[in-house]
Amino acid sequence: MTLELSHLHRRFADFRALDDVSLSIAPGEFVALLGPSGSGKTTLLRILAGLDFPDAGDVRRDGRDLLSVSARERGVGLVFQHYALFRHMTVFENIAFGLRVRPRAKRPSRAEIAERVEKLLKRVQLDGLGNRYPAQLSGGQRQRVALARALAIEPDLLLLDEPFGALDAQVRVTLRRWLRHLHEELGLTTVFVTHDQEEALELADRVVVMNQGRIEQVGTPDEVYQQPGTPFVFEFIGRVNKIPVKFAGGRVQAGDQRFDADPLDGIGDGSGVAYVRPEHLAFTTTSLDSGWKATLGHVFFAGSVAHVEIEVPALGLTLDAELGGDEAQRRGLAAGMSVTVQPRHLTVFAHDPKTGQLDPSRRRVVHPRYGQAALARMR
Amino acid sequence: MARRVLPGFGLSLGYAIAYLGLIVLLPLAALALKAAGLGFSGLWAAVTTPRVFAALKLSFGAAVLSAFINAGVGLLIAWVLVRYRFPGKRLFDALVDLPFALPTAVAGIALTALYAPNGWLGRWLEPLGLKVAFTQTGVLVAMVFVGFPFVVRTLQPVLETLDRDLEEAAESLGATRVQTFLRVLFPLLLPALLTGFALALARAVGEYGSVIFIAGNKPFESEIMPLLIVQQLEQYKYGEAAAIGVVMLGISFAILLGIGLLQRWSRRWAER
Amino acid sequence: MNEIVLSRRPSKARVSWHAVLIAFAVTFLVLFLVLPLAAVFVEALRKGVGAYTAALAHSEALASIRLTLLVAAISVPLNTVFGLAAAWAMTRFDFRGKAWLGAFIDLPFSVSPVVSGLIYVLLFGAQGWFGPWLAEHDIKLIFAVPGLVLATVFVTLPFVARELIPLMQAQGSEEEEAARTLGATGWQMFFRVTLPNVKWALLYGVLLCNARAMGEFGAVSVVSGHIRGLTNTMPLHVEILYNEYDYVGAFAVASILALLALVTLAVKTFLEWRYGAELAARAPRGH
Repeated sequence: MTLELSHLHRRFADFRALDDVSLSIAPGEFVALLGPSGSGKTTLLRILAGLDFPDAGDVRRDGRDLLSVSARERGVGLVFQHYALFRHMTVFENIAFGLRVRPRAKRPSRAEIAERVEKLLKRVQLDGLGNRYPAQLSGGQRQRVALARALAIEPDLLLLDEPFGALDAQVRVTLRRWLRHLHEELGLTTVFVTHDQEEALELADRVVVMNQGRIEQVGTPDEVYQQPGTPFVFEFIGRVNKIPVKFAGGRVQAGDQRFDADPLDGIGDGSGVAYVRPEHLAFTTTSLDSGWKATLGHVFFAGSVAHVEIEVPALGLTLDAELGGDEAQRRGLAAGMSVTVQPRHLTVFAHDPKTGQLDPSRRRVVHPRYGQAALARMR
Repeated sequence: MARRVLPGFGLSLGYAIAYLGLIVLLPLAALALKAAGLGFSGLWAAVTTPRVFAALKLSFGAAVLSAFINAGVGLLIAWVLVRYRFPGKRLFDALVDLPFALPTAVAGIALTALYAPNGWLGRWLEPLGLKVAFTQTGVLVAMVFVGFPFVVRTLQPVLETLDRDLEEAAESLGATRVQTFLRVLFPLLLPALLTGFALALARAVGEYGSVIFIAGNKPFESEIMPLLIVQQLEQYKYGEAAAIGVVMLGISFAILLGIGLLQRWSRRWAER
Repeated sequence: MNEIVLSRRPSKARVSWHAVLIAFAVTFLVLFLVLPLAAVFVEALRKGVGAYTAALAHSEALASIRLTLLVAAISVPLNTVFGLAAAWAMTRFDFRGKAWLGAFIDLPFSVSPVVSGLIYVLLFGAQGWFGPWLAEHDIKLIFAVPGLVLATVFVTLPFVARELIPLMQAQGSEEEEAARTLGATGWQMFFRVTLPNVKWALLYGVLLCNARAMGEFGAVSVVSGHIRGLTNTMPLHVEILYNEYDYVGAFAVASILALLALVTLAVKTFLEWRYGAELAARAPRGH
């Protein structure tokens, strides 16, 4: 089942929830809609479920118009953020609901319904709990009931709204790995909404990063993390250092450093911002010619990784660097040490001279060339 | 392309509006038009006779007084029911709603039986020079009865959610009990107290059944406004009845508006 | 520090202060609420059980009971259906004028009962808007049963809607949306999800609506015409007997109404105690 969303627009009063959103989803894909609250991701999910309608644009399922099909006839499995279990029905009745409300001709017999519900209960690891009421279950159990209820109608598209939002941290991790396995077993197309980048990066085949009703970037988890396409994606996903830069003669100047790299074509002179992930900052206690002179601030050991504050007077900034915990121990890093800092690579965005905003279309990745000797010592 | 997801919008809203229109709005419009039919001077003449004026004074005056009494007593009883434990508390709590549940005619004859000169209470009050039944005091007693639950029921939920930490904080800062009540608690209770006051007032102004039995209904002395409407109707003076009805409706709307403003004010108060 | 700890322990002076407040509250409640209630039953039985049962068995008394039941049996279901429809529209959809609709639903509560009767007389009475037309077609609404029903419907209109609206607002529409995505039709959703979720609040509203419908006096008094055995509901019959100095008869019929009030209070208290959480979203109540 292929989903084709094109040019969706949706406005609420004075708020633009979706602004020209287009996306296509392949059969069997596991897609995450990732963004802060108000980014339009839930609106998009509700449109797919038939619980909201765009002001313009269309949605096609295998080439057929989906918007003209009502929520009731869409056969899409939806798991609500707060589960929306029927509180006056037992777990069994909740799961059986979708089968029992079918028109008589299509309704399975009592025995068949019971059998299918039992199977689903087993599948979501709740066998024996069919007679409980939702109020008697833990959050994780309720979530699985909601999932079983959605699966009972045998949907070819499963939608989940912040599926792990209301759970505590431990249950969350267990449940999301389990969900990934379930997705693979059932071969469904699954779309879920989340504001948790870790969840999106870990679970999804493809991540759709949304902001203010627009899609910022679509890509594999690796792509959106390693090659963010816009300043927003950089700042929303992972940790990042933001360094003001100047462009002159096709070169990048940051503080007292001019990076020796391939000339940047198409970016005129002007200002911009360079983004560097903490793990892409290399530093050494040896004094080198190329690289910023800096002083170590606090070193935070956090188990497997260590976070290091690096004060760079030339930039007037404190940068964050990250390295393995073991390595930090071995190098004996401590506050007050003098170091030279070199970014392994930087992603730069130039300011649009008219608006003063960073322009995602004027984005370049800069790989500075340092002396070979220097690099060797950096290791 | 405003599509609605849940079904039944047209049906439910259409039905509700049609029903309200037929049951509430059309008849009220008839009242307004009938009164307007008298013309301004006719309307003025109908509601400014000394008898109507006396009734208006009694209805409104006694209602305001009863609302004040209910505000005071209601505050005290709500406090006792929320804060203290004593035997039979649940029963008394349930009984607070009795004036809502007891038909007004029943309340009327019961109160009259109690306060009549030979009644259970009347026979003790009479020698003290306090005549209740068949006087303006009787009107007041009946109005206090029917308006009683409003203040208690609007205050109770507020009192229950009131954080006891506030009182303890005030006490630890050296405030006396009275200071704590007046400066800390009372301002928080005020919006609900005023709402309860207004609801009790609205109910008392329009009250008919429980009042007419105990009032004695002497012209210029213990006649209430609703009774005058009934009397005009009995003499087939529909226009005059409508005129008094419009005045009463105006008073109701004014109180309703007051309640609405109070609620808006208290919501803003709560959000601060 | 010591002082604070001490002040938490009830001192002797504080306990007696509590006792004074409790004593005042209990005295007021007994004098003002319990005593009138007791008076009804004592007066009804003043001349013995025989006189009491005879008064109730009187044909006019029985007729008034039948009429009261009939009026309630028509007006309560009407307002129940209205309450459900209004609550559905108000809590599941956004539309212009919603605040107005809410205000109109509450309106009958703030209109004097006598005015509530008067408006129907002005509409359907002999001199009313539709009076001539009704007379021509030989239809009698005022001083007849339909008038009683109309006035009762008016004064009890808000009860069910008022219980349902805050509850359904608080419950939100997610469960209904879930039912839709699972393939339920509109009515399946209504009967299997919406109705079970509000059933106790609905019962609560119906209970209060019924109590008022059976006990209403002022509004029906204006439209009734007081025709014995035909247009006298129980409260009206109480008035007639009382004005004729038939105190035992008046209080006997009144005692039935008082019992109804007590049963209403008992069921109401039970519902609040047992299903308090499911009624919790109720607005502060009046009437």
